[in-house]
Amino acid sequence: MPTSPAQRAANRRRTLTGWMFILPFTLVFLVFLVAPLLYAFYNSLFTKGLATGTVFAPLDNYIKAFTDPSFLGGVAFVVGFSLVLIPVQMIISLAIALVLDAVTTRFARFARLMIFLPYAIPAVIGAIMWGFLYSPTFGPLGQLFGLVGLKAPFLLDASHVFGGLMNIVTWQWAGYYMIIIYAALQGIDPTLYEAARIDGANARQIALRIKLPLVTNALLLILVFALIGTLQFFTEPSVLRTISNGGITQDFTPNLYAYFTAFSYAQFNYASALSFALGVVVFVCVYIFLFLTRKRGSFLS
Amino acid sequence: MKKRALIAGLTALVMAAGLAACSGGGGGGADANANAKCTNKIIHKDAPKVTAWAWYPNTQLVVDNFNKSHTDVQVCWNNVGQGGDEYDKFQTAVSAKKGAPDVVMLEADHLANYVIQGALVDISKYGANKVKKNFSAGAWKDVSVGDAVYAAPIDGGPMGLIYRKDIFAKYGITKPPATWDEYAADAQKVKDAGGPLFGDLGGNVPAVMMALQIQKGAHPFQYDPTKPKEVGVKLDDPASKQVLDYWAGLVKKGLVGTADQFTAEYISGVVGGKYATYVSAAWAPGYLTGAGVGKGNDKGQFAVAPLPQWDPSNPVSVNWGGSAFAVTTQAKDKKLAAEVALGLDADPASLENGWKNLVIFPLNQTVLKSKEIADYPLDFFGGQKAYGEVYIPAENGYKGFTYSPFQVYYYAQLQKQLTAINGGKIDGAGAAAAVQDAVVKYAKQQGFTVK
Repeated sequence: MPTSPAQRAANRRRTLTGWMFILPFTLVFLVFLVAPLLYAFYNSLFTKGLATGTVFAPLDNYIKAFTDPSFLGGVAFVVGFSLVLIPVQMIISLAIALVLDAVTTRFARFARLMIFLPYAIPAVIGAIMWGFLYSPTFGPLGQLFGLVGLKAPFLLDASHVFGGLMNIVTWQWAGYYMIIIYAALQGIDPTLYEAARIDGANARQIALRIKLPLVTNALLLILVFALIGTLQFFTEPSVLRTISNGGITQDFTPNLYAYFTAFSYAQFNYASALSFALGVVVFVCVYIFLFLTRKRGSFLS
Repeated sequence: MKKRALIAGLTALVMAAGLAACSGGGGGGADANANAKCTNKIIHKDAPKVTAWAWYPNTQLVVDNFNKSHTDVQVCWNNVGQGGDEYDKFQTAVSAKKGAPDVVMLEADHLANYVIQGALVDISKYGANKVKKNFSAGAWKDVSVGDAVYAAPIDGGPMGLIYRKDIFAKYGITKPPATWDEYAADAQKVKDAGGPLFGDLGGNVPAVMMALQIQKGAHPFQYDPTKPKEVGVKLDDPASKQVLDYWAGLVKKGLVGTADQFTAEYISGVVGGKYATYVSAAWAPGYLTGAGVGKGNDKGQFAVAPLPQWDPSNPVSVNWGGSAFAVTTQAKDKKLAAEVALGLDADPASLENGWKNLVIFPLNQTVLKSKEIADYPLDFFGGQKAYGEVYIPAENGYKGFTYSPFQVYYYAQLQKQLTAINGGKIDGAGAAAAVQDAVVKYAKQQGFTVK
């Protein structure tokens, strides 16, 4: 059906209005995300040394990154960290959410708020707080162990830092994940529970056979968030590095390594390449994860 | 319809204006320093300002002294961090080609790193040579390359053995160890008697380890700034390995601690008598005092002795830290900046405040040769005339070090290995080899010819 010139003009105006509405976001998106990414990618194609000039060498930095023991060691750490941290975090937040969903007392509402609270504390403040709690001299841990005449382990030194950081991150994020799962649980139609109860299901069976399968999507979403966040682990190690007595090195995680490469050693080109290399690692990990969960998951479909 | 488009357009405009406002404000220009934010109060408000970064604990007083006596220029000072924190910021500003101050405080071991990047101005043409006579040949050599002068020296860091008189007395150590063998034996004696740790191998003070290795005869770097692309790296020679092994042995036997230094944790240990000795430089007590050491039960309990030697018949003096003021190539008015670099902390009042509080060890020969400093009883050391007895002789015996143009990277590698030693993961020889490998690889990547 041919449209009249007036209608076409109206359509154009409407399209224009739409573009005008997304213009502010587009600007911010382009200026603060796309442009820095392009610039960093451009930077990563050059090499620069103290005694050499800047040289165009498109692959050198990437070859160096994927053969650099510091970078690979950092990647190995964050991958290992994810493998342990994420299941622990998921189980804790899921368990709390299921409990809070089942009980509806005033205490449950209070507990929900309290468990969520760590997420509302800025990561830097949280890390400083834990740094104090872990301190062998000033922290409560030292005093507790001192009561029975033992020396408290320092949870940030090289042999304990894995567990020490895991505790901080779990504390920080479990509440947030719990709220997401809790919201998903609240969205389930209660008539399903009623039907299950009539069929003779007990509370545990309802939780595991009905609630759990129905919040899988939320769980997958959390998993992807947690995976990306953990692979880019930076804030806590960065804050705690100076008090970790060497337990957290400059190449502890890939992001930390990129940061120090840029801002301590002025190797901005290599740091850009490291960042992109990390991006590739994150992409691969997330892809593998989504591929493995494709049957049950519908997060991206 | 039209109205909606207009509103959307306006919103976009406002946002864009906001972005533009965010991006402004960083620009340079002749009067850029007029709006610079300073930690100190500007005294002569009409005079042009020169921005400076420094972290001496008494910088506020030093800057005020300068500003009071100068009507033609005023220092606008900020403390952006001590040591590494400042270097990170300065290095970033150098790379970005903007954001650096006009004058910057640098330790002597970091000068080469910035000279090779063209970040510092040769101040010989701005009158630096007029103050040359105030300094020893060694101190002047540390800040110059041939005829070019890249910084005005302020203080040095002759090292000594600071110890606790109360702990020594309690465990029957009648005289401080004069050799490293005695040091280890005394440490064992104190431990066997159930005493505290004898010292500390701090992973975060790699420059101390470098100095101790040099004392044994190591020559970590061969670098001649007139041939900037050639560097010799010898970090795994026998002397370096032996010193690392010596300390690794003390750690293994539980004779010394493994805590990072300058942290609250460590300071509380120093105050509480957890360490019998502290291998350190002349300026360190000033920083400890600032952190609360020597003010409670530990008041007057500290004393200092010459650094233990490997061969007492052939003593070697070594140095840790000590700083200078350099003019950056980003300085807006280089002549004024040079006046500040050469005049800041160079007046008698500032220097006296510095050495009386053990914040700086002045390199100015007029001060060093005065009877006053040699005979001055220091409160921190319970009235000991530490300058005359220990520090000035140590400084006079100091022959100077050669540093590399990638000192920051080297220190980071040494720190990593010291941590590994402290964790019992590696022995001294292995640590030395690992540092050598990492630094040589880095030097080659940076384009140096490694000899």
